[in-house]
Amino acid sequence: MAIIEIRNLAKTYGTVKAVDDISLDIEPGEFITLLGPSGSGKTTVLRMIAGFEDPDSGTIHLNGAEITHLPPFDREVNTVFQDYALFPHMTVQDNVEYGLRTRKVPKAERAEQARQAIASVKLEHARERLPHQLSGGQRQRIALARTLVLRPKVLLLDEPLGALDRQLREEMQVELKSIQREAGITFVFVTHDQEEAMRMSDRIVIFNEGRVEQVGTPEQVYERPTTKFVAGFLGSANIVSGESAQKLFGHSKTVSIRPERIRLQPSTYTPTPDETALPVVVNEAAFIGANTVYLVDTDHGIALSISKTNTELLGQDNSFVPGDRVLAVWRNSHTVEIPA
Amino acid sequence: MSDTSMSTQRRPISSYLLRRPKVRLLGLLALPMTWIVGVYIFSLFLLLVTAFWNVDPFTSLVSPAFNLENFRLIFTNSAYIATSIRTLFIALAVTTVCVVFAVPLGIFMAKIASPRLRNALAVAITLPLWAGYLVKVIAMRLVFTEEGFFNWLMAPLGIRGPGFSIPIVILTLTYLWFPYMALPVYTAIRQIPPILFDASSDMGAKGFMTVYRVVLPLIVPAIIAGSVFTFSLSLGDYLAARFTGGSTQMIGSIIAANINLNPPVAAAYSMVPITFVVIYLMVARRTGSLERM
Repeated sequence: MAIIEIRNLAKTYGTVKAVDDISLDIEPGEFITLLGPSGSGKTTVLRMIAGFEDPDSGTIHLNGAEITHLPPFDREVNTVFQDYALFPHMTVQDNVEYGLRTRKVPKAERAEQARQAIASVKLEHARERLPHQLSGGQRQRIALARTLVLRPKVLLLDEPLGALDRQLREEMQVELKSIQREAGITFVFVTHDQEEAMRMSDRIVIFNEGRVEQVGTPEQVYERPTTKFVAGFLGSANIVSGESAQKLFGHSKTVSIRPERIRLQPSTYTPTPDETALPVVVNEAAFIGANTVYLVDTDHGIALSISKTNTELLGQDNSFVPGDRVLAVWRNSHTVEIPA
Repeated sequence: MSDTSMSTQRRPISSYLLRRPKVRLLGLLALPMTWIVGVYIFSLFLLLVTAFWNVDPFTSLVSPAFNLENFRLIFTNSAYIATSIRTLFIALAVTTVCVVFAVPLGIFMAKIASPRLRNALAVAITLPLWAGYLVKVIAMRLVFTEEGFFNWLMAPLGIRGPGFSIPIVILTLTYLWFPYMALPVYTAIRQIPPILFDASSDMGAKGFMTVYRVVLPLIVPAIIAGSVFTFSLSLGDYLAARFTGGSTQMIGSIIAANINLNPPVAAAYSMVPITFVVIYLMVARRTGSLERM
C-alpha cells in the first residue's frame, strides 16, 4: 500500500492553476523526486503534503489516514527547507532538540537523541555553535539531523541542495542517498536539477504547468518519454513531428532521437538494415570538452543536433568541419515515438 | 568640450579640504559638537553642580557651596524615597503594558493582517504621534473623569473606573509612548523569515510555542530598544500624573514643585531618574540590543 496517496489535488492562486488535478502514489521507503521547471507546481505539492498550503480540492492520505486539511504540527511528515530554516538564536543542539521538545520528550532523553542525530551527520564538535557560525554544508546537515531525529514516516526535501556549490552538492547527494537507504525513510525530494534527480531517485515525477507529465524510473523517463515536454526537458532531444516527420520518416507521428545516439559517418558508409541514415551537411561543430556537439541540416532543411563523445584527441578519429557532407546514422530502435 | 573644461576647473576649497582631513572633520562636527557639549552636557553639568548648593532659609537665595545635604534629604526622607520607587514602578509598568500590547499586535500585523489592514494599523499606531502631548493627556483625563466616557460606557455593566490614580497614570503614559514600542516590535516580527514559522510548526510546535520559543527570543532586541523610550520617557514625565493621577506624585511632580522654591533640591532629585536611565541603558547595552537601534 502506498504511504502517501494524492488524489485530484488542485490549488489556484488568483487565476493561475498552480496545481491542476494531480494524483500520485508514493511507495514506502522509496526516494521519489518531483522534478520540473520553476512554477511547475512541484513545490506547491510538497507544501500541501507538509500542510503549509491548503488545497482547493482533492485529498492526501498518509498511511491510509486522510491528512488533507490537518495543520503541519499534526502530520507525521517533516520538511528540510531550501534555506535550512535553522533557528538563528538557538545552538545546533537546541535546534535539533526543538522537535523533541514539542513532543514533550524528557530533557535528558532528548539531549541524548539530539546528540546522536548530530553525531550521525558528523558535527559533534559544532553542537554549541550558532547557525551563523556554520558553513552552508554544515547547516544543511543540521537541518537534516533536526528532522531525522523525529523519525518521520516521510521526509520532504524542498530543493535542499540548491544553495550549495557544485562540489559540495555532489557530496551531499551521495550522503543523502545513503542516509535514506540506511534509515529506510520515504524521501520526497523537490528539485529543478535533472541530473540530481536522475542520480538520486528511485522514481521521478515530472511536473509542468501544474500537471504531472510522467512518472517513472530515471531510465524510463529518459528513454521512454511519453510527452514532448518530458523528451525536451530531460537532457536534450531532437524532436521531429508533423511535416518534418512526414519528410524524414513518411509518417506524421512525433518522435525523439537523443543527440548522443546519432553518429556521423562519411558519406561512403553503408548503413545496416536496422539503421536509419540521412545525408546531412555539417553546419556547426562545437568542442565542449567531453563532447563535440554538431549541428547539421538534412536535405529537407531539418536541423538535428548530434553529440559525439571525444574518446580520442581532436582530429585522431572521425571529426568533421562545417560544410562537410556526411551521413547521420542511428539505430531504428533509438527513434522513440512520443504518444502525446 | 565640456569634458576638458571639467577636468581643468579649479576648486580651491575642495582641494584644500581634500588635503587636510582634520579641518574636514572639524567642519563636519562643529555644529553638532557645539550643541552636544555646549548646551546639552554643559547644562547637565550645571544641574549636577547646583545639586550641591544651598538655599538660604531666610532670603530664599541660592548660594554656591559644597554640601551633601540635598542628597541626604532625598535618600532619607520617606516621601522622596516612596516617590522614587513609585515612579520606577510606574515606568516599569508602562513598559510592561506596552510590550504586552505590542507583541500580539505586531504578530497580527506582520503575519495575519492583509496588506491593506496592515497599512491602516501602521497609520493608526503612528497617528497619535502627530497629536500634541497635552491634547492626549487631556483626552485621557476626559475619558476617565467622574462623568467621563469610560464610566458612561461601563455604567450598564455596573463597572466604574478607578478615578484618577496610579493605574490611570500608567494607562495615560502607555497611550503616550506606545508607538515607540509598537513600531520596533512590529518591524522586528516582519523581519523574521516566514520559513521559520513553517519550520516550527513542521516540527510539531503550535502557535503559542512558536511565539514563546522563536518569535520572542528574536524580537528581544526590538523590545529593549522600545523599552528605552517607554521607560525613560515615563520616568521623566509629570504632566500625566498631574492631570490623570489625582494625588499621585512622580519624581517629575516633585521636581516641578521645587524648581522655584528650592532649585538645589530639585537638581539633586533630578539625578535619580538620570541614574535609573543610565543603569537601564547599561543593562540594555550588555544585551547587545542598542546596536540595532
